[in-house]
Amino acid sequence: MLKIALAGNPNSGKTTLFNALTGSTAHVGNWPGVTVDKKVGVYKKGKEGAEIVDLPGIYSLSPYTPEEVVTRNYLLDGKPDCIINIVDVTNLERNLYLTTQLMEVDIPLVVALNMTDVLEKNGDTIDVEKLQENIGLPVVKISALRDWGTDELMEQVLKATEKKRTASSVLSRGGIGKAIANAENALRLKDVDSPLFHAIKLVEKDELEVQMHPREAAAVDEFVKINYAIDSQFGLDTEAAIADARYRYITENYSIALKRSKKHNQGLTSSDKADRVLTNRFAALPIFFVILFGIFHLTFSENFLYLGSIIPPLGDWCAKMSETTFGCILFSAEGINTPGTILFYAMDLLTSSIGEWLGLGLEALGASPAIQAFICDGIWGGISSVLSFVPQIMVLFLFFSILEDSGYMARVAFILDRILRRFGVSGRAFMPMIMGFGCSIPAMMNTRTLADEKERTATMRVIPFFSCGAKLPILTAIAGAIVAQSGKGNADIITYSMYLIGIVAAVIALLVMRTTTMRGETPPFIMELPTYHFPRFRNLMLHLWDKLKHYIKKAFTVILVSCVAIWFLSNFSWNWEFLMDEYYLYSDGSFVLLSDLPAGYAVAQENIVFMNARMDESILGSLGMFMQFLFTPLGFGSQLSDAGWVFAVAAVTGLIAKENVIATLGTLSACLTGILVVSEGGDAEVASMIAATGITVPALIAFIVFNMTTIPCFAAVAAAKGELKKGTFKWTLLFWIVTSYIAASAVYTVGQFPWTVAIWLGAATLIGLCIFFYNKKMKANEAKARLFKK
Amino acid sequence: MVRLLSELKNGESGKVVKVNGEGAVRRRLFDMGITPGALAQMRKKAPLGDPIEITVRGYELTLRKVEAACVEVEFL
Repeated sequence: MLKIALAGNPNSGKTTLFNALTGSTAHVGNWPGVTVDKKVGVYKKGKEGAEIVDLPGIYSLSPYTPEEVVTRNYLLDGKPDCIINIVDVTNLERNLYLTTQLMEVDIPLVVALNMTDVLEKNGDTIDVEKLQENIGLPVVKISALRDWGTDELMEQVLKATEKKRTASSVLSRGGIGKAIANAENALRLKDVDSPLFHAIKLVEKDELEVQMHPREAAAVDEFVKINYAIDSQFGLDTEAAIADARYRYITENYSIALKRSKKHNQGLTSSDKADRVLTNRFAALPIFFVILFGIFHLTFSENFLYLGSIIPPLGDWCAKMSETTFGCILFSAEGINTPGTILFYAMDLLTSSIGEWLGLGLEALGASPAIQAFICDGIWGGISSVLSFVPQIMVLFLFFSILEDSGYMARVAFILDRILRRFGVSGRAFMPMIMGFGCSIPAMMNTRTLADEKERTATMRVIPFFSCGAKLPILTAIAGAIVAQSGKGNADIITYSMYLIGIVAAVIALLVMRTTTMRGETPPFIMELPTYHFPRFRNLMLHLWDKLKHYIKKAFTVILVSCVAIWFLSNFSWNWEFLMDEYYLYSDGSFVLLSDLPAGYAVAQENIVFMNARMDESILGSLGMFMQFLFTPLGFGSQLSDAGWVFAVAAVTGLIAKENVIATLGTLSACLTGILVVSEGGDAEVASMIAATGITVPALIAFIVFNMTTIPCFAAVAAAKGELKKGTFKWTLLFWIVTSYIAASAVYTVGQFPWTVAIWLGAATLIGLCIFFYNKKMKANEAKARLFKK
Repeated sequence: MVRLLSELKNGESGKVVKVNGEGAVRRRLFDMGITPGALAQMRKKAPLGDPIEITVRGYELTLRKVEAACVEVEFL
């Protein structure tokens, strides 16, 4: 099958063309070694099928970004039969700059002039024949959006693949041309593929190329010094000279094919008008926060537009409806659900119904209670927790993609860069971080839009510190219990300050990473602000589908195995005894084994519960007791005598999903006290735990902080594993564990023994100074090394 | 009169005469079309004063002031 590569600038409509050519056959993966999307699809029309490889959107073939390096390696080593270079005709000069580089490889090349419909709408015209003649390549007018000209494009592509093409270049003039010809001859003797491309890169002093051909590089250097440097305005700076020569050639020979109408230069386009408002000095930030609020509201709120509160009768009616089986999907106790919550409850109803049917089916088949619980709770429980995230992840991700595709996301980066730069990341990192307040998973998946690998890793690491929706119940339950127990403080204030602690942790972590493991130059922030346009439904859906597939695949491997393992550890003892059993629950919350009930006791069916009241005997329980001492600095370790392990175990089950933490505390308090309490918000469970263990308030807060900053949940871990570069994943896990440990022990010790604040501040200052002086020394060394090199 | 691109006021234009700086930043400026002879117009500054938005070769480009300070322009 023919292999055809699709190359072009970002925002040139490359994805739209790819989707138009390949339909739904696309397969998304990663390029080896980097987290850059690799999309491959099949073009089915025409005599013979063709495999289309979508290369990353790039402006140039420089050696500086992973996207560019990936493209370059693919063109040189992947040996495609033809390259389609998609060119945005409304932005001709900059787009053709890449074309002048692509033509330097010995591969057939066809130029697809995209957005010709927009061009004509603006009243401008392009002389395709003239352009084709000057450029020396087949040029086809298309509109990927309207699917115009794509068949003709593919005809030209098939024709081009029939004969070999020798590279051409626009750089044959002047001293540069001579230097290139000289280098090309040297490389030809060595029998290098695409000698012209390599020769140009050598003259450009391209790092990757110089490493590959050091001897020729030295020769080129000599040649340039002797023959070129004297008579050029750029001197030895061949990189500048080449970039300049390319653009100069483009304006002189290609741009003339484009005829701009008079009206083009007058008045503002609708995109300009939109931009005037959206990046307005005063309105930009408020508009951004309104959009952000809207997205969160539509994804997580259970009270659409607060209608339920504004119109009390409607609220009451909704509350009544929410009690019904299906009504609970559309309505909540407060009002009408939003799209995100409607999908969430629909999924919830589906998974819980399937779970119930599974249980009934297994019972009918006569499966033992252990098997039933294993399949319903262990396996199906794991699957449900994976699926329960999906609706809101997808809704959030959809909004994200709309902002991205419409061109607004680039403006968000523009607006916020100033603030985020101080922490070593660019304005682009803001969106993923804020999305972390909703759910870490879509937030992590969206870090792919960040340009720099270091920035991406740093952002992904701090995303969990922006406390997600699932952590809120832990905060409110514990804050409620603290206030009820001590009679002091305000639960809301405690909750808000926990969010603040998370943000502070994120900022500190970013600063520390920036000055230690992620040292180096701040990546440049030189970014195109694309014209605004309405996102295409088809593109959005395909994008969403790709992400969903990717997540589900990861989720079902990582999450499922871990869920089953933890279920097993918490429900079995070392001697393989299954710990769940049927209990009879008295009205005061105390319970006895069903089999221990005195004969003749009037058993009410609804008071029988199937639970694990002996979790202390489980493998997880004994591991918790073994590791209890580790949590002493955090306040819930050895100082809680025999019962301290319960918090460790709750935290471990929280690794699956943070929703589990409070439920586990409830189960464990039943183990300790013999009383099962269940409350709506979970504060009764926590209160009973406080009474049973004697845990102090600072230790409880430390427990929240630990949960907030540690490994978020298996689903997020799966997402992180998919998005992080190989090798950084395990360090990221370690980073989460260490950060949460330090943050929680700081909170506990300072809360319990205020004088320790001096120790913490002292240690922080000391570490800060060490980093400062180390970096200063390193910088001095680097400067020396640079001087030496010169 | 030669000035730095970062010093232009909103609406002012300049012709690029020289691009300083080094490595990735400089190459990126070239690749985005900021080469000697190109016209650059300052469009606006971000709400917090930095980065800036310019028009170059018919499209909108944003860059930080530090990066724009690498570009010398002849004021028109």
